[in-house]
Amino acid sequence: MSRAGVLLAALLVTADATAAEQIDHSTMDHSSLDHAAESSAIVTPIPQLTDADRAAAHEHHGGHETFDNAVNDYLLFDRFEYFHGEGEDGLAWEANGWLGTDINRLWLRSDGARVEGTTESADIELFYGRSISAWWEVLGGVRRDFKPGDARTWAAIGLQGLAPQRFEIAATAYARSGGHTAARLEAGYRLLFTNRLMLQPLLDAWLYGKDDAARGTGSGLSTLEAGLRLRYEFTRRFAPYVGIELERAFGDTATLRRADGLDVTGKRVVLGLRTWY
Amino acid sequence: MAALDLWPRGAGAQQPAQSAVLTGTEFDLAIGETAVNYTGNWRPAVTVNGSLPAPTLRWREGTTVSLAVRNALPPGSLHGDSTSIHWHGILLPASMDGVPGVSFSGIRRGEAYRYRFTVKQAGTYWYHGHSGFQEQAGLYGALIIDPAEPEPFAYDRDYVVQLSDWTDLDPAALFARLKKMSGYDNYHQPTVRDFIRDVERNGFKATARDRAMWGAMRMSPSDLSDVNANTYTYLMNGTTALGNWTGLFRPGEKLRLRIINSSAMTYFDVRIPGLKMTVVAADGQYVHPVTVDELRVAVAETFDVIVEPSGQDAFTIFAQDSARTGYVRGTLATRAGMSAPVPPLDPRPILTMADMGMAHSGHEMDMEMEAMPNHAASEQHNPLVDNQALMPGSRLDDPGNGLGGNGRQALSYSMLHSLFEDPDGRDPSREVELHLTGHMEKFAWSFNGIKFSGAENLRLNYGERLRIVLVNDTMMAHPVHLHGMWSDVEDDHGAFQLRKHTVDMPPGSRRGYRVRADALGSWAYHCHLLYHMAAGMMREVQVVES
Repeated sequence: MSRAGVLLAALLVTADATAAEQIDHSTMDHSSLDHAAESSAIVTPIPQLTDADRAAAHEHHGGHETFDNAVNDYLLFDRFEYFHGEGEDGLAWEANGWLGTDINRLWLRSDGARVEGTTESADIELFYGRSISAWWEVLGGVRRDFKPGDARTWAAIGLQGLAPQRFEIAATAYARSGGHTAARLEAGYRLLFTNRLMLQPLLDAWLYGKDDAARGTGSGLSTLEAGLRLRYEFTRRFAPYVGIELERAFGDTATLRRADGLDVTGKRVVLGLRTWY
Repeated sequence: MAALDLWPRGAGAQQPAQSAVLTGTEFDLAIGETAVNYTGNWRPAVTVNGSLPAPTLRWREGTTVSLAVRNALPPGSLHGDSTSIHWHGILLPASMDGVPGVSFSGIRRGEAYRYRFTVKQAGTYWYHGHSGFQEQAGLYGALIIDPAEPEPFAYDRDYVVQLSDWTDLDPAALFARLKKMSGYDNYHQPTVRDFIRDVERNGFKATARDRAMWGAMRMSPSDLSDVNANTYTYLMNGTTALGNWTGLFRPGEKLRLRIINSSAMTYFDVRIPGLKMTVVAADGQYVHPVTVDELRVAVAETFDVIVEPSGQDAFTIFAQDSARTGYVRGTLATRAGMSAPVPPLDPRPILTMADMGMAHSGHEMDMEMEAMPNHAASEQHNPLVDNQALMPGSRLDDPGNGLGGNGRQALSYSMLHSLFEDPDGRDPSREVELHLTGHMEKFAWSFNGIKFSGAENLRLNYGERLRIVLVNDTMMAHPVHLHGMWSDVEDDHGAFQLRKHTVDMPPGSRRGYRVRADALGSWAYHCHLLYHMAAGMMREVQVVES
């Protein structure tokens, strides 16, 4: 058959197919199912297997390489900043990161501040975390406060994840010897002005079971920090920011502060860099 | 290390060479590392005989081909020390399929593996590495099989148009980045400004409800792809848009373009402004010719189209990514060095209710009952499943999010019909339903909520005809590829419609296809988005004698 002939044949077949398709669509009943049932005899027989087929098939090679349980890691310096407050300037940080698989992770969290060359506060938390649902994981581990005052070690359990409307939430309960207990609630959000310029509100609340005068913390709601940071992501990994942070002490903590001649409220202007690895 | 300078310098860019075409039945292929420069930086690519893409192999149906594949990767290569080649969509003995750990043990540095099999089919296919992330790094080439019988269409010239995505990153580092921050490349998330605009357009209540819905899912309506042009440089036949790959024609000639999507992660929407494309084959198999302006090519799919350029000296082949973040173009021209206007990227779509698996929400109840999915118990309360389709539809008549409705006729699966009747003829004797599942934030991907490493093999009985029903519970498209056997896509009435090797599964869709288990042995079955496969959206299928 000539080329033109082949083409013509193809076109005719197409026209037929189009017509058939139109009929199918217009009737919209399930007649084609019945049609399929009628024509269920095998058209192309299944080849008889040979020893060569079996030889090619029956070897085991250990399974395909996969990375689905690979150990990955992430370290975020959410805040790494210079702050200027009422009567004091310094550096502060807050970092968190994980090492692990999709479900099981080791978590590291740390925050602290240095003022005039000395560390005013610093802590490290180390947790085992396990995802219990699509958006939440439970944590268990330890917290070590290096400053202020003498170092203290807490046992900790917590819950963290992404709440509806994409609020990042972490709630942690702590206990240490002497019947001391504490709880911390953190919440964060990200509001996009553009896909590079974004506002990050943060809330951080501490509660204690009983007074610890050496550390200046009192029972009940102790402190509440509220921050607002405006960052620009030049790249995902390099995002300088400016912001303000307000802090207020409550209850016994406020009383202890007043007794020490310290302010109950604080206001800071911050300038920092958010980065991750 | 050899070097391949593909970076066009200034306006006088060099006309890049086509990849070599190797023909016959005996082939020697050396997989090595070659420095390439697509972005201004020299980076090590994985190449075959020094070329990216790998040489086009031209076989003939009915012949027995013999391919000696040698691993010449240098010691200490960041792409690893073992390699492989998989012949995508080719029917062959299990030991020739080239999937390390499934069909053979891979090819270690300095060693060679001889592939040898009889070619039982014809058409346009491709081949690629199946080791580590080598496919991302350049290990892919076109496969053309000339038929034993005359083809049902005519043409004067024949060009491969092989699309791919290149990154300067070490692909393993890109995978790690996706695990750390899956939304890294999404620079189109809704902003405060979008909120104000939507309030003006739709009112406060509707806008707030929309945002609350997405917020409740912790997902972004702009999450159209995981990796986009923020990271990738798109290539056509191994050339950037600036390099402008060019295929020559004489006015009045018919050209056959063999469009192959060899990307690791990128769906391309392809069109040639000013020309109609007549699709004559999909995944190498003849279809009833259908003429369109535009078509979406899922990762690993191939389409053969006939075009008849005339009236202009140059036409742009425009391939934009489905997320509308970038493109690659080439040119069909009467002389080298020409170009035609390059259209702008289309407006960026957002994900729809149908993408969420609510395709039938407006339909009659009996339609809904038909489509109600059975979610496996393993999906329930599973930390790695962040979404489930409620009422998925086949979406066979949907050309893809962002296509259609713009005056251009776009191809959909419902327009594609194999040129032959169901070659097997039997009705499926059983049905296996599998759900495509995932967690966007964690970048974890699976079938039925179970990742590859934790999954049982899927066992098929030699000779049986079964139906696989896939339900996409995620809001990403997944091109699903079964090795060794055809995937015969069914129409909305359950009848044979289209023979494929890779079935695109749009977000929230439910599609059925028939499989004739006539290939004994172990076969890979996976999402062909490379990093989804790596993250666990994979199964091993074993065809056993009953």
